[in-house]
Amino acid sequence: MSRLPVKKTYKLYIGGAFPRSESGRTYEAQGQNVARASRKDVRDAVVAARAAQPKWAAATAYNRGQVLYRIAEMMEARVPEFAELCSGKDEVHRSVDRWVWYAGFADKLAQVLGSSNPVAGPYFNFTIPEPTGVVGIVSPDEPPLLGLVSRIAPALTGGNAVVALASEARPLAAIELAEAVATSDVPGGVVNLLTGHRSELAPWLASHMDVNAIDLTGADGLRTDLELAAAENVKRVIVGKPDSQSLYEISSFLELKTVWHPIGT
Amino acid sequence: MAQAPALPRGFELPLKQRLPRIGSIDQVAVEARAGELAKRSIKKEAKVWALELAIRCTDLTTLEGQDTPGKVAALCSKAIRPDPGDPNVPSVAAVCVYPNLVPTAKERLAGSGVKVASVATAFPSGQSPLDVKLRDVQDAVAMGADEIDMVIDRGAFLSGRYAKVFDEIVQVKEACGDAHLKVILEVTELGTYDNVRRASLLAMAAGADFIKTSTGKLPGAATLPVQLVMLEAIRDVHEETGRKVGMKAAGGIRAAKNAIQYLVQVHETVGPDWLTPDLYRIGASSLLNDILMQLRKEKTGAYQSKDYFTND
Repeated sequence: MSRLPVKKTYKLYIGGAFPRSESGRTYEAQGQNVARASRKDVRDAVVAARAAQPKWAAATAYNRGQVLYRIAEMMEARVPEFAELCSGKDEVHRSVDRWVWYAGFADKLAQVLGSSNPVAGPYFNFTIPEPTGVVGIVSPDEPPLLGLVSRIAPALTGGNAVVALASEARPLAAIELAEAVATSDVPGGVVNLLTGHRSELAPWLASHMDVNAIDLTGADGLRTDLELAAAENVKRVIVGKPDSQSLYEISSFLELKTVWHPIGT
Repeated sequence: MAQAPALPRGFELPLKQRLPRIGSIDQVAVEARAGELAKRSIKKEAKVWALELAIRCTDLTTLEGQDTPGKVAALCSKAIRPDPGDPNVPSVAAVCVYPNLVPTAKERLAGSGVKVASVATAFPSGQSPLDVKLRDVQDAVAMGADEIDMVIDRGAFLSGRYAKVFDEIVQVKEACGDAHLKVILEVTELGTYDNVRRASLLAMAAGADFIKTSTGKLPGAATLPVQLVMLEAIRDVHEETGRKVGMKAAGGIRAAKNAIQYLVQVHETVGPDWLTPDLYRIGASSLLNDILMQLRKEKTGAYQSKDYFTND
């Protein structure tokens, strides 16, 4: 029996929903029409991230790990689809493994990064990691899937909410990832993915006063301007690697809070 | 069109000729018109102008049981200079508090041009004997209130005792002396647009300087269609008598975008004469910060964060 083809509209992922760009624009990438986000989509995504972040940070570390592992589960079920949209199965497998690795660290990072500190006074002095807040991510063009996962996974593990700009040239894997995230118990708004022109969107993200940190791994030639814009509210600026897996990737999205707790003399 | 019900006896107002027309609000048309006006696009310089006007027309309000002199003092500082980082941002029109906090506000606002408004007449229910209400008003005025926000007795209004409502407003107006009187209709409790229009005309006939939508104590307070009904009543009174009565929208206006929609409606319904703090007010608390954020966005070109604006 012949069927009508079910064509897919490639949309943004903001606040747990899949809207078209507010501007109605699209651009062509990988042979498809993909939503071309506007500055107002950036604005909406930051609002969604800000609203979702406290609850995500307040979830138990164990629960965050479970939810991140669930992303890996959802991706594992769609390996062939992902493989078509990036460099192939190997990249997908490594992306899935990356989620699993970071998921495992969710309830361990406080032990490793935190400390109790010796001080010369009647205080119990200790340091604990806390999320920075809303993190903007300019993800690298290549590899389109692993690069994005490698940048957003550590930010999420630490309890941040992210607004990520997908690879401009190869955005389809990011949209597929959004669908995996949407079915993974990640609260709406914790992950927001935008497709579009990086040079148009990144400056709005970098200058946004309600974004607390920005990852410029994929910023290429825009980096200096974006760093200048980010300086206005002293954003934490991170330039990581497109393909790395490290506890320090998590810690670069964290703040360390040191408490001087008075004890008896 | 359905014939509007005649008003009961004892409803003797200077506007008597108009009364048969009260109660013929076309709900569908009012909501459609309010919806249309809300779609106007106000950008760039016009937006900045509208936002600054919205600030100048704001009654910065705190009406909580937990209000303290300290909180009111902080609110007054914010009223005088809403954005400490930008002296060009104008002061608000007034600070609106409970009577007991009027002296604090008066002292803090002295010489600033910002007025002190006080709610009175057994706010927010209005369910007290008249002598208590009058005393409430006299005390607030004696303590220095420039403006009195009174509530009408909705119980009397809804049971058809319009004359009681009318008389109370007249006497409260008398008790106000030089203070301006804003009459709160509490539209949520009135139930219909017909009642809103009827109460608006009644309040204006009784001497209100302003008519005001809501106490802010109930959900779904000020809405665009309700303001449109009230503005049309104001316009009708102006056309017939030449008297200009002010409008105050209060309750539920939290976003700068909404404030601009309310201003557009004022401009389109009663005209630019009303776009002044003397004739138009917005009662709000959290709205001000959103307006400040929008203004700074226009100035710096970057989207703003609540982290950089004061909490009252």
